Amino acid sequence: MSLTFHALQRLIRAASLLTLLAATCSIQTARADVQTGIDELDALFTQFVEGKGTQRTEALDALAALGREDTRELLNGILEGDLMLHKETDTIVWATAQGREYTMLSLDKQTDLGSDRKRRLSRLKVTNQLRGHLRSLIASLGLRSDDPVERLAAIDALMESPEDLPDDTLQDMLANETDSKVSDALLSLQARKLASSAQPEERLQALATLSDDLSNDSRSLVQNMAENDEDENVMTLAAQIARDQAAKVRLYAKAETVFFGLSLGSVLVLAAIGLAISFGVMGVINMAHGELIMLGAYCTWAMQQLMPNNLGLSLLLSIPVAFLFTGMIGILIERSVIRFLYGRPLETLLATFGISLILQQLVRTFISSQNVPVANPAFMSGVLEVNSVLSLTLNRLYILAFCLIVFAMLLVLLKRSRFGLEVRAVSQNRAMARAMGVPSARIDSLTFGLGAGIAGIAGVALSQLTNVGPNLGQAYIVDSFMVVVFGGVGNLWGTLISGMTLGIANKLMEPWAGAILAKILVLVFLIMFIQKRPRGLFPQRGRAVEAH
Amino acid sequence: MSETSTTEQTTGIRPQRSRMSSILFILTLIALIIGVSVCNKLPAEHPLYVSNYMVTLLGKYLTYAILAVAVDLVWGYLGILSLGHAAFFALGGYVMGMHLMRQIGDRGVYGNPDLPDFMVFLNWTELPWYWLGSDHFAFTALMILLVPGLLAFLFGWFAFRSRVNGVYLSIITQALTYALMLAFFRNEMGFGGNNGLTDFRELLGFDLRSDDVRLGLFIASGVALLLVYLLCDSILRSRLGKVAIAIRDAEDRTRFIGYRVESVKLALFTLSAMIAGIAGALYVPQVGIINPGEFAPLNSIEVVVWVAIGGRGTLYGAVLGALGVNYAKTWFTGAFPEAWLFALGLLFVVVTLLLPRGVAGLLKFKRSSKAAS
Repeated sequence: MSLTFHALQRLIRAASLLTLLAATCSIQTARADVQTGIDELDALFTQFVEGKGTQRTEALDALAALGREDTRELLNGILEGDLMLHKETDTIVWATAQGREYTMLSLDKQTDLGSDRKRRLSRLKVTNQLRGHLRSLIASLGLRSDDPVERLAAIDALMESPEDLPDDTLQDMLANETDSKVSDALLSLQARKLASSAQPEERLQALATLSDDLSNDSRSLVQNMAENDEDENVMTLAAQIARDQAAKVRLYAKAETVFFGLSLGSVLVLAAIGLAISFGVMGVINMAHGELIMLGAYCTWAMQQLMPNNLGLSLLLSIPVAFLFTGMIGILIERSVIRFLYGRPLETLLATFGISLILQQLVRTFISSQNVPVANPAFMSGVLEVNSVLSLTLNRLYILAFCLIVFAMLLVLLKRSRFGLEVRAVSQNRAMARAMGVPSARIDSLTFGLGAGIAGIAGVALSQLTNVGPNLGQAYIVDSFMVVVFGGVGNLWGTLISGMTLGIANKLMEPWAGAILAKILVLVFLIMFIQKRPRGLFPQRGRAVEAH
Repeated sequence: MSETSTTEQTTGIRPQRSRMSSILFILTLIALIIGVSVCNKLPAEHPLYVSNYMVTLLGKYLTYAILAVAVDLVWGYLGILSLGHAAFFALGGYVMGMHLMRQIGDRGVYGNPDLPDFMVFLNWTELPWYWLGSDHFAFTALMILLVPGLLAFLFGWFAFRSRVNGVYLSIITQALTYALMLAFFRNEMGFGGNNGLTDFRELLGFDLRSDDVRLGLFIASGVALLLVYLLCDSILRSRLGKVAIAIRDAEDRTRFIGYRVESVKLALFTLSAMIAGIAGALYVPQVGIINPGEFAPLNSIEVVVWVAIGGRGTLYGAVLGALGVNYAKTWFTGAFPEAWLFALGLLFVVVTLLLPRGVAGLLKFKRSSKAAS
């Protein structure tokens, strides 16, 4: 059938088009089909409504065999009760409830038949047996669809009752299937069929396929065979496969926990790394760091407000915008407050805390004290499905990658550039660096600006994971400090490792301790750890350390 | 921390003048307590009448002042910047709150004589072991000192022996209060979770909602502040106080001379936590509620700001700071609710930049310049 039924209906009405196309032979035949189609449909429905026992089944089979474009729709209509009998005219109609009445459409949905009161229509009687038959008919129609997605859906629908699909159809489809996902699905469908076969050999064959399939129903099927099969060989093999599968599932569950841990870790590292720079290089405690992260997240929001139709681009652009904006604020803070407080870390802590309160209140006053909506662009949402038990969310995956990229860039900047060299010189021995001609005051403001800018970038990343509001920063400040202190001040690698370790440790403990208790345990562990190694995992070495 | 020492060496060690300011402070405090009590009893239309609301408010401020003295004791005289003192305050408050919960008896919503309402709500059948004894006031009073004291002792035992100091110590004290806050938010802890402890009725048989009892609590807070002040003042005048100041200004040198720096720090830190616990215990019956929000790191930092603004290294400065900042807070949040955080933030910045010794430092500076001329 080359042309659709609906299209043809329209063609018939549009006479000009009809004359244009009437020349082709296919149209002629198709048109003949339509004529017979409607009559046949009526006849079959009459047989279905009035017939008895097998006659009704046969009517459905014949309906399915018509090969109409809307066959599945009609069959579903019968199954779901959308098709009803209008008693007065004795016709089958599509009925939609509207208040006390049903609006009615003809079978081909082309003619409006008005509406009538509810009791003037009756449901088509469908027995349970017919229901099953309808389902398998719908599924096997789906199996023949040209769209692989529809075929896959049809196969999924059959997974629970594989016996509905005749063997030869399955073999036929397996031989002709080109899409690899669909043929995988067909194979596991076949395995489910074979699993209930009477032949032990076939059941063994089924087990071989099922062992690769980790989905829930496959595993319960194997488990069932391991416990209840009549054949001893099948039982032992099934038992072994069940054990293997359970082990694999545990492994994937672990892998997922580690992924969640790395994802949390990457957020911690992003949040902490800016702090590590300003704390490590300048010995400055920047309590306003969390608020700089918050401002970075607001940059994302602002960019999305500016270009609401291009979420992806606005997210990418907000990375440099946030970096520059928060970096500028950082330099402003350094020039106006912090430079007067060098060598007095506790006072710096208090002053920057004051700044953090001011920044928070600025956002509350001039934007809103409520959270602002930040959308996720299409490419950020979605899942990477590794297999049926392990799937990774894309946004977390991207943020992990983003964290590593930011880290690598920072590392290159600090280890390979002139600026980096000067930063390291100042952090190791300020007096000596000055003596060598390094402008330490300028380096200080630039370093602080860099740390603040990275905080802004972290804010962009966080805006894709959590709510953006004036309190966003507060939630991360304590955690960030912990990461820096655990890793060792002034050591980028230490920050990376400690952030990831803390992230994974948190997620490993969560299943048995719960989220909050896990966090408390991590904090307690850190408090104990700092007693043992007050300078963190990777302490900074050098003469300048004692002077701090 | 060697740079800090030069700027701070001379605070609070000239004996006569500091003794004079102490006496002045004590007299002012006594005058305040008596004055407020008398004015509260005047008829309402009298111009000097102090309303019951004001009495409770002042009582609350006085407990804050006690907390500020506790922080000043370790920060101003020992150089330990604790960002977790609100934890000790809240623990003292919770111990008192537990006692007050037990005093409700069967007058709660569920009318259960054995269990507080929130436990009935959570379907608990018996009192957890750590609530035992909270029926008795004497036991409660002991615990108000012991619970914060023990936590501070354990914490300090580890921290000071490993020579964790400076910024690191500040950060782990913050982690401590943060961890406690998270813990107390959990219902399973058995302290009322998110809602905390509230709906108190009476203390030692006195109805907490009566005006006389409120005045009594105000007087008790004032007397407690007076006693705490006298205690701290005498400690700081003693040899121990001199060693503490030596540790603040040059920890390594003090250690090399032969003093046990850890022991001094531990003793004063524990004492300070106990004082904070007393403040919390007096605070709870006056405000009528204690919840995990009291553990928030922000609260601890606010206390530090009171001390910084009032002038650290002087006990009366801490008291002045606590009273002044909190009065300003009440006034601001009433008049311009938006502006309070701006004002507080600016106070932080301005005081650290321009007034490193706070208002008390300003007073001193004026006096010494007068003396010089």
